[in-house]
Amino acid sequence: MSAATATPTSDKTTKPADRNPRRPRRSGWWLPYALLAPAIIFELVIHVIPMFTGIWMSFLKLTKAFISNWGRAPVIGVKNYQVALDFNGAVGASLLQSFLITCGFTILVVGISWGLGMAAAVALQKKFWGQGFFRTLFLVPYALPMYAGIIAWKFMLQKDTGALNHFLYDNLGISGDKPFWLIGDNAFAAVVIVAIWRLWPFAFLMLMAGLQSIPTDVYEASAVDGAKPFRQWLSITLPMVRPVNMVLVLVMFLWTFNDFNTPFVLFGNAQPPAGDLISFHIYNASFLTWNFGSGAAMSVLLLLFLLLVTGIYLLVLNRRSKRA
Amino acid sequence: MRETTPAKVFRMVVIAVLTVFTVVPVYVMVISALKPLRDVQGAFTWWPSELTITPFIDMWKTVPLASYFVNSVIVAGAATILSLVIAVFAAYAISRYRFRGRSIFSTTVLSTQMFPGVLFLLPLFLIFVNINSAVGIQLVGTRLGLVITYLTFSLPFSIWMLSGYLDGIPRELDEAAKVDGSGPMGALFRVILPAARPGLIAVAIYSFMTSWGEVLFASVMTTESNRTLAVGLQLYSTQTNVYWNQIMAASLVVSVPVVVGFLLLQRNFVAGLTAGAVK
Amino acid sequence: MKIRTLAATAAIAALALTTSACGGSNNASGSSESSGGGGSITYWASNQGTSLDNDKAVLTPELQKFQDQTGVKVNLEVIGWNDLQTRIQTAVTSGQAPDVVNIGNTWAASLQSTEAFMPFDSSAMDAIGGKDKFVKTALDTGGMPGQDPTSVPLYGLAYGLYYNKAMFADAGLTPPTTWEDMVADAKKLTTGDQHGFALAAGSYTENAHFAFINAAQNGADLFDSDGKPTFTSDGVVDGIKRQLDLMQTDKVVDVANAQYDNGTKAVNDFATGKVAMIINQNNADSSIVANGMKSDQYGVVAFPAPKGGKDVASHVAGINLSIFKNTKNKDAALKFVKFMTSPETQTALDKPFAALPVLNGATANFTDNPEEAKIFSDIYANKSKPLPLVPAEDQFESTVGKAMNQMYATIASGGTVSTDDIRKAMETAQQQVAAAG
Repeated sequence: MSAATATPTSDKTTKPADRNPRRPRRSGWWLPYALLAPAIIFELVIHVIPMFTGIWMSFLKLTKAFISNWGRAPVIGVKNYQVALDFNGAVGASLLQSFLITCGFTILVVGISWGLGMAAAVALQKKFWGQGFFRTLFLVPYALPMYAGIIAWKFMLQKDTGALNHFLYDNLGISGDKPFWLIGDNAFAAVVIVAIWRLWPFAFLMLMAGLQSIPTDVYEASAVDGAKPFRQWLSITLPMVRPVNMVLVLVMFLWTFNDFNTPFVLFGNAQPPAGDLISFHIYNASFLTWNFGSGAAMSVLLLLFLLLVTGIYLLVLNRRSKRA
Repeated sequence: MRETTPAKVFRMVVIAVLTVFTVVPVYVMVISALKPLRDVQGAFTWWPSELTITPFIDMWKTVPLASYFVNSVIVAGAATILSLVIAVFAAYAISRYRFRGRSIFSTTVLSTQMFPGVLFLLPLFLIFVNINSAVGIQLVGTRLGLVITYLTFSLPFSIWMLSGYLDGIPRELDEAAKVDGSGPMGALFRVILPAARPGLIAVAIYSFMTSWGEVLFASVMTTESNRTLAVGLQLYSTQTNVYWNQIMAASLVVSVPVVVGFLLLQRNFVAGLTAGAVK
Repeated sequence: MKIRTLAATAAIAALALTTSACGGSNNASGSSESSGGGGSITYWASNQGTSLDNDKAVLTPELQKFQDQTGVKVNLEVIGWNDLQTRIQTAVTSGQAPDVVNIGNTWAASLQSTEAFMPFDSSAMDAIGGKDKFVKTALDTGGMPGQDPTSVPLYGLAYGLYYNKAMFADAGLTPPTTWEDMVADAKKLTTGDQHGFALAAGSYTENAHFAFINAAQNGADLFDSDGKPTFTSDGVVDGIKRQLDLMQTDKVVDVANAQYDNGTKAVNDFATGKVAMIINQNNADSSIVANGMKSDQYGVVAFPAPKGGKDVASHVAGINLSIFKNTKNKDAALKFVKFMTSPETQTALDKPFAALPVLNGATANFTDNPEEAKIFSDIYANKSKPLPLVPAEDQFESTVGKAMNQMYATIASGGTVSTDDIRKAMETAQQQVAAAG
């Protein structure tokens, strides 16, 4: 991506390899490749080859009976995909449900996290007493190891011993029975809140970094023109942080859609349908049933979906930025 | 510039709401870690019946937290250093050279961020097993295997962020180093890296946090001998009792190094992001 | 450029295929390094005592004895239940396995179907002391009928109904002998904060066990003779309903139990006097005592069946020992299994782990309370039925158990679960089992 966003300082003529691409190779042509080699090797071994292996696995009947000797597992073509996409069957129906829940989860988490991050970044944009303190404070959830924060929430969301119910029912005096948060339908709210708590500081961090690069005289000039803060935000801030937003929203989308840690740590074995995010669902589908072929097929479908969304996203944005 | 009243109100409301949202879970963590067991087993209270530090003492006995801690430090530390070195080389190549395959490399590496972890979890496990039987390097159930896995998790984002940062370092510096007789590597080490310090710190923080907090692969790839904190912390609730106070105490203890480190270095992190990712 | 990319992709794909093809052929080579060399084996033990450390402390002197006798050193790793399935799975998948592992016996048939475990054929059986030394029902849990078992019994367990003697005496009640009595008693004992019953309603394994026991009391089977699931039969559905109704209509179980994801939480409630009864396996004893209740303060009776139902009070629960097929130390592993299932070791381990003997002629020594020992021995010998010995047993546990988790969750958050809802959920579970095969 950095290739597409070459900085103004990159003066093309100083780059030796660029000058005459068709000339015979000059000495040192191998250097960039040598520099990249370690990264390429590790990426191949840890990401690329396993991914292709996973794709291959999705065409196998890789169940309990074959897992100890999986060279023997029969190839069954797209059978795993058929089962996963048969929304009338039990497996397909629960996958579809998990997918829809994950979509809702992602929209809410990314949207609200972005909103909170932007609000905080704007609120902390101007210097005031305590600015540095709050900036540091807001980064704490992001700095905490993921599982530590989620475990704290898990404790807070307990029905009888949790802080949330204590606050709502004992402190605020709402009447009625204390609800469950980690089982039943409330599990969705629980997983959304916890994920937002984890994610919004990242949006804040990125947007804050983006806002810092906006020179203050732009605001001053528009203030002289009589622009209200909200108008300023709309006409100056938003366009100026657009490059940040492009990356930020995509990265947050991918992280959130693939989120495994939040439901895994929050729910453990319970796996309530309302909080059954897709990565968690696939993990359970493959490890609990030992059907790794079917799990791989579901993962491939997930990957295809993410590729599609990312592709469309980049296409639309690139076209728009070219027009602009 | 004068601030309007609505802007002030907006700022105060936003800060108040977000402070509560941020602080309450942290407060609950801290206060529960200071409670005796009977307090955390009964209804929640905002203040303990008595303040006690026994959870911080008992937690080392309930599960072998110390050895998990050591594992996490070694794994996250080694993964960070290796990932940093590899990312520096790759980012230098991308930032300073135009070569065939450059954009393919960048795109591919970044797109690995998209892979769902569950897709390559089992295959990776099997590849490790095969490496073991082919060349005899034990990767499953060892720290080495975790280090290799984790360093690649942070690699894509690190390369991308760092190459953006290096782009921002004027090429005149390279030229000056060349005039002084340095080769490309000499320029990298003598001139560029010192100038890229905030970027390097940002990448190191990111890598360390990624490794320190990883759960999915740790849950499959670790055994008693290389178990990291991410998995180890969950063992508190599988015993005969759920020791919430000890869990919270342990969570705090494992968080402190990362949080303090991050908060101390956050200016660098922001600077690295601004120069790199934000471009 | 394009061609090159294509070629690179193809090369990667080819490489991936070779790597994975290797996966099939050489899985026998990976027995863990620590177990290599003369005279040492690796043993994975599931968590039996009050903590992983407690298990280590109990087992270490016995393993030392074994080393003194045979010269074989045993590298012990105690594994928590949350980890055990994943660990066994990765061991099976990779072939990087311990030599000997102990497993919940309900998984025996399922794990047998992975073919990763050594069948105890007649010579192996002879090496560990002959199959006749084991209680037959216990040995039957070792694998599918008609095949050499891939596991042999190590610790025996059975469900019993624990009741708080003082609470029963205060209410003028005697321990129940039928389901109806049990519910009536529980209703009387549900007052204020106190509940008649505690259940690990958020634990899918516990729930699955009760689905089985209640179905068995109704005379219903979970799988037909072809190994096909029959979860939707009236007996099964009615059995599950009966169990759910403890919370739903009888209201003798606190709704908070829907979040109890392991048995110990219910045990704690019992030991601290919050509930009058629990149904638990006999290894609850150590946890009860650890929570401050003395062994003369509670009594145990068989988990009662409804009037006219079959007298099934438990599944044949317990822990079995298996040897991984690719062990390089088969002789040492067999010696170790023989040692662990010898009368002396059994006597030494049954007490701290609160287990029932799996050997013929042995007497239960897990409790000081002879009455309790007698009742559990009777349940184990006469009122227990093995869980279905089919490869899909683990699928039954996870699908039906998890479905019950959800139904408890629905009830706990104020909803209702009707017979039709249960049947529908069982239909889904049945399809999932079929799809997993």
